[in-house]
Amino acid sequence: MITMENVCKSYRVAKRNAGFGEAWKSLFRREYEVIHALQDVSFTISDGEMVGYIGPNGAGKSSTIKILSGILTPDSGTVLVDGRVPYRDRIAHVSRIGVVFGQRSQLWWDVPVTDSFELLKDIYSIPEATYRENVEELTELLDLKELLRSPARTLSLGQRMRCEIAASLLHSPKILFLDEPTIGLDAVSKLAVRDFIRKQNELHGTTVILTTHDMQDIEAISRRIILIGKGRILLDGTLDDIKKGDHNIDETIAELYRSYEI
Amino acid sequence: MKEYLSFFRLRFSMGLQYRAAALAGVVTQFAWGFMLIMVFRAFYEADPEAFPMTFSATVSYLWLQQAFLALFATWMMESEIFDTVVNGNIAYELCRPIHIYHMWFSRSLANRLSRALLRCMPILLVASILPKPYGIEAPASGMHFVLFLITLLLGLFVTVAFCMLVYGLTFFTISAQGVRMVFASMLDFFSGGVIPIPFFPEKLRTVIEFSPFAAMQNVALRVYSGSMTAAQMQRTVALQVFWLIVLVLCGNLLCRYAERKVTVQGG
Repeated sequence: MITMENVCKSYRVAKRNAGFGEAWKSLFRREYEVIHALQDVSFTISDGEMVGYIGPNGAGKSSTIKILSGILTPDSGTVLVDGRVPYRDRIAHVSRIGVVFGQRSQLWWDVPVTDSFELLKDIYSIPEATYRENVEELTELLDLKELLRSPARTLSLGQRMRCEIAASLLHSPKILFLDEPTIGLDAVSKLAVRDFIRKQNELHGTTVILTTHDMQDIEAISRRIILIGKGRILLDGTLDDIKKGDHNIDETIAELYRSYEI
Repeated sequence: MKEYLSFFRLRFSMGLQYRAAALAGVVTQFAWGFMLIMVFRAFYEADPEAFPMTFSATVSYLWLQQAFLALFATWMMESEIFDTVVNGNIAYELCRPIHIYHMWFSRSLANRLSRALLRCMPILLVASILPKPYGIEAPASGMHFVLFLITLLLGLFVTVAFCMLVYGLTFFTISAQGVRMVFASMLDFFSGGVIPIPFFPEKLRTVIEFSPFAAMQNVALRVYSGSMTAAQMQRTVALQVFWLIVLVLCGNLLCRYAERKVTVQGG
């Protein structure tokens, strides 16, 4: 069970106009702008739900994921994940969650992928039998057989992404945060990943929270949608709620963004 | 504990695979070692009485320094750690049920040990068959050798603990370059990396000898050739332990504070 109540987070960002003169000026007087990444965000997600968390660029999606995974401390508000405050109880919290940051890498660059997996096994103290079982299952579902023995640096983006997703699931997490997990994947891998996430949810009751710009991901995976824009929750409902007539999903969402002026 | 050992193992085996880098390192260290020995020989020929250590003790110091350079060279900090902080991959490390400090510590230890292991053998071998007084001497006694090994390890721990402070500080700056350069050159000079600490002017030396800088390579390299008295050795080992504890405590506090304050930028 995940609850966020009245969560706010703002950043101070240095800003200046282009040009050398401006750069020189900012050496002495720097202008800051306060960006409200999250304003009064509240929602509840129960166990086993699959939620699509969507919004335009810079809406506050990643900030929410970072707070929920315990990396970022909000300015105010309460956050509870399975009865724990993520950023206060980080170590206990993160052993039960899995996170995929589509833009970052967790694999060790210069060693075979399987070495990174073995390391994760020790980090999470995964029992040998469970580890074997999970690796086998993940290898099959994500088609990793040829990849595991190669160093991560030699993999293409899509290949590495599949390994990244597998790496985040080795310890059978109860909650899975996916921050743009289908970036750079080819059609086959995309389908495989979606299918895989659905299966994780069916078989293990994993709670899944997914941010993406690929609306097919949302369509395939999540029943519930939370829309965030300019740091505020604008809509919390199902895909059917927002679908109008025979518009396809991308048009529907674009219209939705337009109607909220975000 | 197992997870940190695992980090150690992975980093260690990773370090062993960079063979070309090790070879280049060995060649550089030979050239550098010879050059330093020639410089010191010129000084000693002018007036051997003017120096606090005998020429052969100085030569042993220099060869050991070159052989174990990777254990103590402060400019050899792990750029991967700086990178994770600067580009935000630290996000993943914070998502693991581990302490960032302990993890980085074990990684750094492994990195330095694996590099030193590859490089020290050929240097020690060649230096031990070089003709007197240009080769490395046998240790002053068996006891000195045991103490050399202990202080070598302690010095390594102190060096890593100091570098951990530098890693921790990069949480608070956008680029790690500045902090890194200031600390690396300061450390290298005051720890006796350029000239051994006994060669420093009297007043400066007394101050440095109490500082954490003197608890790094200085101790082991001087213990080996027996150029310290028993009382001096006791004091320096005690100082090593003291600084290790202080630096580890400070590093832990800094890391914990940074974890709370940190903002992972981008994406």
